[in-house]
Amino acid sequence: MKLHEYQAKELLREHGIPVPEGRVARTPEEARALAGEIGCPVMIKAQVLVGGRGKAGGVKMAKDPAEAFSLAKAILGMKIKGIEVQQVLVARAVDITSEYYVSLTVDRASKSIQCIASASGGMEIEEIAVKEPQKIVRFTVDPEGGLERGAHFDSLARAFGAGPVPEQAWQIVSGMYRLFTGKDCSLVEINPCALTPAGSLVAADAKVILDDNALFRHPELEKYRSAEEYGADEMDARSQGLSYVEMDGTIGCIVNGAGLAMATMDLIKYFGGSPANFLDVGGSSNPEKVLHALRIISKNPRVTAILINIFGGITRCDDIARGILMAKEKLAIPVPLTIRLIGTNEKEGRALLQAAGVGAFTELTEAVQAVVKATPRERARA
Amino acid sequence: MSILIGRDTRVIVQGITGRDGSFHARSMKEYGTAVVGGVTPGKGGQAIDGVPVFDTVAEAVKATGANCTAIFVPAKGAAAALAEACDAGLPLIACITEGIPVLDVIEQSRKIARAGARLIGPNCPGLITPGAAKVGIMPGRIHLPGNIGVISRSGTLTYEVVWALTLAGMGQSTCVGVGGDPVIGTKFVELLELFEADPGTAGVVLIGEIGGDDEEKAAEFIRSSMKKPVASFISGRTAPPEKRMGHAGAIVSGGRGTAEAKVEALKSAGVPVADRPDQVPVLMSEKLSGVRGGSAR
Repeated sequence: MKLHEYQAKELLREHGIPVPEGRVARTPEEARALAGEIGCPVMIKAQVLVGGRGKAGGVKMAKDPAEAFSLAKAILGMKIKGIEVQQVLVARAVDITSEYYVSLTVDRASKSIQCIASASGGMEIEEIAVKEPQKIVRFTVDPEGGLERGAHFDSLARAFGAGPVPEQAWQIVSGMYRLFTGKDCSLVEINPCALTPAGSLVAADAKVILDDNALFRHPELEKYRSAEEYGADEMDARSQGLSYVEMDGTIGCIVNGAGLAMATMDLIKYFGGSPANFLDVGGSSNPEKVLHALRIISKNPRVTAILINIFGGITRCDDIARGILMAKEKLAIPVPLTIRLIGTNEKEGRALLQAAGVGAFTELTEAVQAVVKATPRERARA
Repeated sequence: MSILIGRDTRVIVQGITGRDGSFHARSMKEYGTAVVGGVTPGKGGQAIDGVPVFDTVAEAVKATGANCTAIFVPAKGAAAALAEACDAGLPLIACITEGIPVLDVIEQSRKIARAGARLIGPNCPGLITPGAAKVGIMPGRIHLPGNIGVISRSGTLTYEVVWALTLAGMGQSTCVGVGGDPVIGTKFVELLELFEADPGTAGVVLIGEIGGDDEEKAAEFIRSSMKKPVASFISGRTAPPEKRMGHAGAIVSGGRGTAEAKVEALKSAGVPVADRPDQVPVLMSEKLSGVRGGSAR
């Protein structure tokens, strides 16, 4: 689960990390009032879960409450990468002498927590890695041992230089680490971590991503969930236990298993079609899931044909067949349906479909070629 | 011959009284696997299809001489189940459960490695040595005993490729689903090492997907340390960036973990990468006949 900047900063503050004073506003009037309370100049920052806010004009500085009002008015309602800005963070503007980068992530390879720090911040870490790779310091933290003052402090100091700054960086990273492990994060990033003329480090911008699998033990974080991370259809699919990602093609796909679902999309592309979505119905064998999947895909106006690809393992083909027949009865599916059915209880599934006059392929390649052919204005490659 | 499991594998099923656990314990048994016991706290003394149920893993191991466990315990209790399996001294732990917090997986997989045991998964279909033993959820009948090793991050896509191999008459020595999570117990490289040393394996099929760099690391290992031929399939060429594609580990992030990079790495290590799952057997048999000077199989 991705958090907004203001939510991330709330968590940082709770973990003892210095954050410029700020609060969130939903109207220009609120922004003006907050600017007065906090003291100008203030930053007005669009709160959306996509990158590139600054470039899109979603981050501005206001010198007085009147300007805070007019800037908030311009930013609220603006669209950034297709997402409408519904709230802005009004935060005290800080003078910045230099910008650092620091983050914690899971390191898949070493099965530990990785800290990345850099003496240059303010841009994406991928950009730093290309432009100034020599400034990046990486070290891993064994979660059983935790942060160690000795070696880890020395690594940090390589990014944060000499004087009192590394000590502050150490305090910040210690707080980030407590947040990361205490709330089950997959990313905690401060960028830029800003050094003020007074010599203090503050978290000028922050990102936090939570591990969805661990939310069950952090009910206090549920309040941070926003409808923005997933589209309405994606939310709908999730509530039905389906894994769904919308794409811009025309062939709707329903597949069991994530790897096979990706391979099915790839194969559609290979034969000259374009996938409208990724959809994994999951392992359990519930006819209702097929019904929900077909309902969600049928709503997509771009879809001109649908492919159902099932390789039954845990999923039983007869349950899938029941779901398809149920959907045909309950929904008006406006486009051609191509079915591929193989694996557990295939014979029973096929018999059910046959009795209702519905055909099904056995081989994946044949089914994909057929669905691409059934799609108007797209020529099959084979 | 095979790797990790065979006729001498004695399996217990943790979570055997659950819906999935009981279904798959039965299916493993029907396949001919020695399913010697099950574990569900508080249900010790019962029997499921003739398989005795114990309260703890330690009791089950002591009573049955088990040397392997398959974990079907729901995500919230899976970390404790992993710890218990490790403490009971089981050398092979296959964790089927999906949705375990990643910090839990890190902690338990480190503990298991330290104990000298091996973890397969989590979030995986398990492993099978066709004709001998099945520890997991794959449909047994699509497999054929033979000499091709299969490793994969996916479940059903593995079935697809295994089925293509079987149709082509290319049986499998052992098939291992390593799991779809970002952090997993056993990675491609470790399994390639085992297959390279296994006299019953002639070639290996590697099925990868977007996210992480395990395929790139595998390519490096194949280039430097493998004599046996490897063929591959990579899924996710059409996946949009920054979106998790079902598996927690399947995400292209910050331009890293793309299918293109993986295909490129494998090809440059001399591993042919199929465009379609049904081409994998063709590529594999070409590789094998090349290796054996024109006499495939």
